[in-house]
Amino acid sequence: MKHLLSTADLTLDQAISLLDLSDEMALVNQRETRKLPTLRNKTVVNLFFEDSTRTRISFEVAAKRLSADLINFSAKGSSVSKGESLKDTVQTVAASGVDAFIVRHSASGAPYNLAHKGWIDTPIINAGDGTHEHPTQALLDAMTIRERIHGVGSTKAKNLDGVKVAIVGDIAHSRVARSNAHLLKTLGAEVHFIAPPTLMPGGFSVEKHYNLDEALLQIKPDVVMMLRVQLERMNASFFPSESEYRRNWGLTNDRFKALSPNTIIMHPGPMNRGLEISSEAADSEQSAIVQQVANGINVRMAVLYSLITGEKAVNE
Amino acid sequence: MSSFVLKDVQLANGEVTSIKVVAGIIEAIGQALDADSILDCSGLVALPGFVDLHTHLREPGFEASETVLSGSRSAALGGFTALHAMANTNPVADTAGVVEQVQALGVSAGLVDVFPIGAVTAGLEGKQLAELGAMANSRAHVRVFSDDGKCVSDPLLMRRALEYVKAFGGVIAQHAQDPRLTEGAQMNAGPISSELGLAGWPAVAEESIIARDVLLAEHVGSRIHICHVSTKGSVDIIRWAKARGISVTAEVTPHHLLLTDELARTYDPIYKVNPPLRASDDVMALREALIDGTIDVIATDHAPHPLEAKDCEWSAAAPGMVGLEIAESVAQLVLIESGKSSWQRVAEVLSSKPASIAGDESHGAIAIGRPANIAVIDPSAKRKISRATASMSLNNPYADRELPGAVVHTIYKGNFTVQNGVLQQKETNA
Repeated sequence: MKHLLSTADLTLDQAISLLDLSDEMALVNQRETRKLPTLRNKTVVNLFFEDSTRTRISFEVAAKRLSADLINFSAKGSSVSKGESLKDTVQTVAASGVDAFIVRHSASGAPYNLAHKGWIDTPIINAGDGTHEHPTQALLDAMTIRERIHGVGSTKAKNLDGVKVAIVGDIAHSRVARSNAHLLKTLGAEVHFIAPPTLMPGGFSVEKHYNLDEALLQIKPDVVMMLRVQLERMNASFFPSESEYRRNWGLTNDRFKALSPNTIIMHPGPMNRGLEISSEAADSEQSAIVQQVANGINVRMAVLYSLITGEKAVNE
Repeated sequence: MSSFVLKDVQLANGEVTSIKVVAGIIEAIGQALDADSILDCSGLVALPGFVDLHTHLREPGFEASETVLSGSRSAALGGFTALHAMANTNPVADTAGVVEQVQALGVSAGLVDVFPIGAVTAGLEGKQLAELGAMANSRAHVRVFSDDGKCVSDPLLMRRALEYVKAFGGVIAQHAQDPRLTEGAQMNAGPISSELGLAGWPAVAEESIIARDVLLAEHVGSRIHICHVSTKGSVDIIRWAKARGISVTAEVTPHHLLLTDELARTYDPIYKVNPPLRASDDVMALREALIDGTIDVIATDHAPHPLEAKDCEWSAAAPGMVGLEIAESVAQLVLIESGKSSWQRVAEVLSSKPASIAGDESHGAIAIGRPANIAVIDPSAKRKISRATASMSLNNPYADRELPGAVVHTIYKGNFTVQNGVLQQKETNA
């Protein structure tokens, strides 16, 4: 595996070994000295063409824990019409000697172009491209689900067979939902999309539902993953108002209380508390939201390690 | 002026005969003709010189992509003897001055007849009519009007345009695309766009405009031409409109007959085009429609772009692809190799129908007394398409594909613009 562009590219074996490696990284992160010398003298570039705080910082921490030299590059927008092209930017940065690029871009497919256009010959990690994919988010979600289902410490080589995951919200525009749908299915989980018809994507062989209440009753999900709803969607007539969205597709207190107490609540953040998710749900024991953030570092360490060294485990 | 004979050439009707050209005119068709030079054309097919209803020559304004001369060269190599230059230049071809300039550049290139298309609305802005009459009455003698690249989306403006051009026998060529339904659109709306996270361009955005416009054309008793039809549903609507007696004609591009939206999976913007590449059932419907006559012509929508407009991320790239030099091959693939149609139909879709839609009287037929505008094809050739063509641009999605058929000679007004596959440079071009 040279690049991580889409979770659709991951085989079951590759996914499991990345998750197992992530678990090993979690152990490293619990040690007093949370640093591995593995990527010493390696240079990793955070190439962010779109605003991001959490993903950029998470990758930065991950790279530094592996002793890599990290360069942060951020540019708003990039196209032939707005100054320097993507090609020129990336070739310029690559010329300084780069071992991996972590790429966030508003254009779907931009990381794919960097990997395949022949502009550079450097491993590419997709850190979110437009409305396409966000593979490390899906990996951290899968790691979190695996920990919750099988228990921390007993996850090695485990898949997610039969785990029922309901992804709720603006799926049409969500790179998180796409990456999760591919990866969770590869791991054996049963994926459901729940969204207003206007925000439901075509394609994808998953079960689709418009009515949240009926769907939750019918599915009895092990995991409910709420997605952030962008208020600009309301202005583009995808739904009429915030309050109608909350009433029909929000994880309100009432809906939260009606779930089984074992149901895991997830959210990729940043949350609109009180809109797609109530504070009570977000802050509950069942919520894995903080665990997701912590696992983000573990997963990103595993991905950087694996792509740059080509090894599947720390001790191999 | 010298005379020549194309000896033992097959005509579109299947007859093998010889064609004698004297002083730019077809003087005789038959056996045992004599002339200053005799070209053995056995195994070759002579078709009336091709007429493209939809070419972007980019001049004036975008000479880094194409010029009238470079586009004319590409056209000649593709077997064309006439082309219609789209109006979305800079300045826009919306006045008599600009269309006369484009026409004059075509005359000076001297390789094909360059017929300028006039804009329907001033500046292609869709707000008020351009001076259609002035362009019609200019030396460029414009008969086809189009805002191509943009849709004339205002129904009232479209109605007026359809009505107004009746005064001089003009036709509106509509780029059917509802702008609101395609805001930010990047590729065909479907399962693949969902998966790739590229904003979808739904078929209904084309079909709803075609449905509206055929009804408008019926209402005002005008004819209408639909540019680059790309969907199965559009074919159904046009078929219905023709059955109803509405005077509608339609074109399909080579790329919509050959390529599908699967290619977007590469995220390579070489495959980005507007309207977008569609699904394979659309391609099949378009092929059937071309065979049965629902779609009247193949038009290239040859749309050159400089390298940097394609060497970038998909959403930043310009839509469009070149096509002049593969049009015959795609026609042959769909109509001949399929075993479903005939050379007669190839001649219709590439020459006689586009000539009649646009009123190009000196094109569209091989007949005694007519100007010698002829494309001679080797139907048995198989060629691997190279990325570089005579076009100045390299946005060629057919590179490395093998296609049937090759243009051997192109004869424009009795002169070889292409002979044995080689462009014949005019000294005056230097």
